[in-house]
Amino acid sequence: MLREIRPAIVLLVGLTLITGLAYPLAMTGLADAFFPKQAAGSLIEKDGKVIGSALIGQEFKDDKYFHGRPSATTAPDPADASKTVPAPDNAANSGGSNLGPTSKALADRLKEDVDKLKAENPSQPVPADLVTTSASGLDPDISPEGALFQVPRVAKARGMSEDTLRQLVADNTSGRLIGIFGEPRVNVLALNLALDAAGQSRVH
Amino acid sequence: MSVIGWLQIILYCVIIAALTKPLGWYMTRVFNGERTFLSPVLRPVEVSLYWISGVDEGREQHWLTYTISMLLFHVGGVLIIYGLMRLQAFLPLNPAGQSAVAEDLSFNTAMSFITNTNWQNYGGESTLSYLVQMVGLTHQNFLSAATGIVLAVALIRGFARASVRTVGNFWVDVTRCTLYILLPICIVYALFLVWQGMPQTLGPYIEATTLEGARQTIAVGPVASQVAIKMLGTNGGGFFNANAAHPFENPTALSNFVQMISIFALGAALTNVFGRMVGNQRQGWAILAVMGVLFIAGVIVCYWSEANGTGMMHALGLTGGNMEGKEVRFGIAASSLFAVITTAASCGAVNAMHDSFTALGGMIPLINMQLGEIIVGGVGAGLYGMLLFVVLAIFVAGLMVGRTPEYVGKKIEAREVKMAMLAILVLPLMYLGWTAVAVVLPSTASAMNNAGPHGFTEVLYAYTSQTGNNGSAFAGLSGNTVFYNLTGAVAMFVGRFFMIIPAMAIAGSLAAKKSIPPSAGTFPTTGGLFVGLVVGVILIIGGLTFFPALALGPIVEHLAMNAGTTF
Repeated sequence: MLREIRPAIVLLVGLTLITGLAYPLAMTGLADAFFPKQAAGSLIEKDGKVIGSALIGQEFKDDKYFHGRPSATTAPDPADASKTVPAPDNAANSGGSNLGPTSKALADRLKEDVDKLKAENPSQPVPADLVTTSASGLDPDISPEGALFQVPRVAKARGMSEDTLRQLVADNTSGRLIGIFGEPRVNVLALNLALDAAGQSRVH
Repeated sequence: MSVIGWLQIILYCVIIAALTKPLGWYMTRVFNGERTFLSPVLRPVEVSLYWISGVDEGREQHWLTYTISMLLFHVGGVLIIYGLMRLQAFLPLNPAGQSAVAEDLSFNTAMSFITNTNWQNYGGESTLSYLVQMVGLTHQNFLSAATGIVLAVALIRGFARASVRTVGNFWVDVTRCTLYILLPICIVYALFLVWQGMPQTLGPYIEATTLEGARQTIAVGPVASQVAIKMLGTNGGGFFNANAAHPFENPTALSNFVQMISIFALGAALTNVFGRMVGNQRQGWAILAVMGVLFIAGVIVCYWSEANGTGMMHALGLTGGNMEGKEVRFGIAASSLFAVITTAASCGAVNAMHDSFTALGGMIPLINMQLGEIIVGGVGAGLYGMLLFVVLAIFVAGLMVGRTPEYVGKKIEAREVKMAMLAILVLPLMYLGWTAVAVVLPSTASAMNNAGPHGFTEVLYAYTSQTGNNGSAFAGLSGNTVFYNLTGAVAMFVGRFFMIIPAMAIAGSLAAKKSIPPSAGTFPTTGGLFVGLVVGVILIIGGLTFFPALALGPIVEHLAMNAGTTF
């Protein structure tokens, strides 16, 4: 058994250096050489400032923007570090609500959100993704139905025609990969950037 | 349920089946010490590692020495992770300024990574520095995966060899597995993941100002290099708290599909390695068939249940299935499939929050783990777990006809059956035992996020996942307490090593036996009857062990859910 101690130590150190340092560092170098944009986090800049990542959901509250999905992420309570407070789309602390199918808290939250959305747009059924929290709390996408549902509100807030907005949603909808993988979706940040751009070109 | 959803599922099964044979061929060559196309590059590295560590390539080990070598290797692994976590504040590569991790959490995490569990009581981006993620976790992702694989290979050698005392050399196996199998695949795989949008950077977290003028701190890091091995090695510990649901850890539908394939690829290929080494590939296919039957049954129930949604959603007129805790880019089908795969294997990565699954949808992951993660299973661990059940099934068949049971030319006798039973029984002892303790202690019960039967399921799931070295969670449970950290660590340790040691004892005793040629009275172990028998034994033993606990958790919750009761 004693003669197994030397390989235990030396191989552990050797393989740790290879898999724990050389490999991730080499991958960092290669990733930066081949895919620099993705490796840095798919960041989007506007006027030289980082406004977010194309892959990370951000919170939109204003009526003139399309809203993303509800987010259950939290942050430490500034008043008491042992507690947490809700902090939607906190990209430094991802997570879901973890509320189960018989949770009263979930039932109450769903009802409240459904009522709010029904009041906003009584003409269409409420899409499920607009009232359920995502797994990561950072879902960048909503369903196409979820975007179309919000068209009347955004149109009113911006004074734009609903047809223009529906066209924008269609332009920003990604389908399934080769028609099979994933689900059709709309990236909310991309849609809102397109919305701002469309608004500006109209004003000027 | 939709046609496109099923198409994704069928395509998945087809690809796994297609990969099994070529990967099995390659892995067999690696473990037989033969030359591969990577030898010109890797052989010099391999030889120099043996040279500095004083390993004699030609010297094989007795099963006990093999096991002790493996244990010694792990002692060092625990010390490295524990030390790094406690000292991370003083070490480099810590741009987010993470402070030292508490003793109990460091211990739990160290135990979790050496056992291939990767239970996340820590929140990756809010707790760990890049150095810990790389040197502590990424390296152990490799080594615990390699360990699982080589133990399975040692057990296979036990079946394949005759009248010898040795089962291979642990040091050679672990080095070759890491260098020739895991590392090359991960290099290509990590680059693919970056292409799909996964960050791979040592830079600090990003400070963004959103369109509405709010500030958003975006955690990044060397994600892709870790995720590649996390999936391939069925480790499952996330770089981020939300694991594979996080858009950075699983950016697209394609990255999701490839991640699912990489969870099963090596585990499925090991069944082919088994077939090749015992001299009949059909033996391997029969085992894969047992796994396939159980897997597909699980997918059907889980997908059906999630697509149906919950009672409270129907009452509000919400359609399209249970989207709480799921991501739009994956949808119901790919989320359900991922949940079944990750728990069938001992991966434990999640792309949706299992805690928010419907009662029956969440029960399938639980059952998968309670069966011992033998449906493909953790790399290596799944195969040796399944072979234990095979030993048992063969024993039962032998009792029926009153003849000493044989399997692939080896007589299965009292010692093998005793060891198999020991390994199979130790799992429920851990997860049922600790759950019982936890739910009667008032202080620990308050850690539950959900009331009623769902809270019980959260605790049961936590211990099941840790005992099974899975690492996925009903994440609502606030598991980061001294009680859960320490008892969980015990569950992980026992669940891993008390399965390994009996399995290795079987390997040793089988290797020493003579090989007997099949005769007219030998029970054929490549046909449908054998597959049915093994499935039956698994379900009967599994059902008897954990059905009462399931009745208290998901089953009663399903009835409550349909009755519209909330807690």
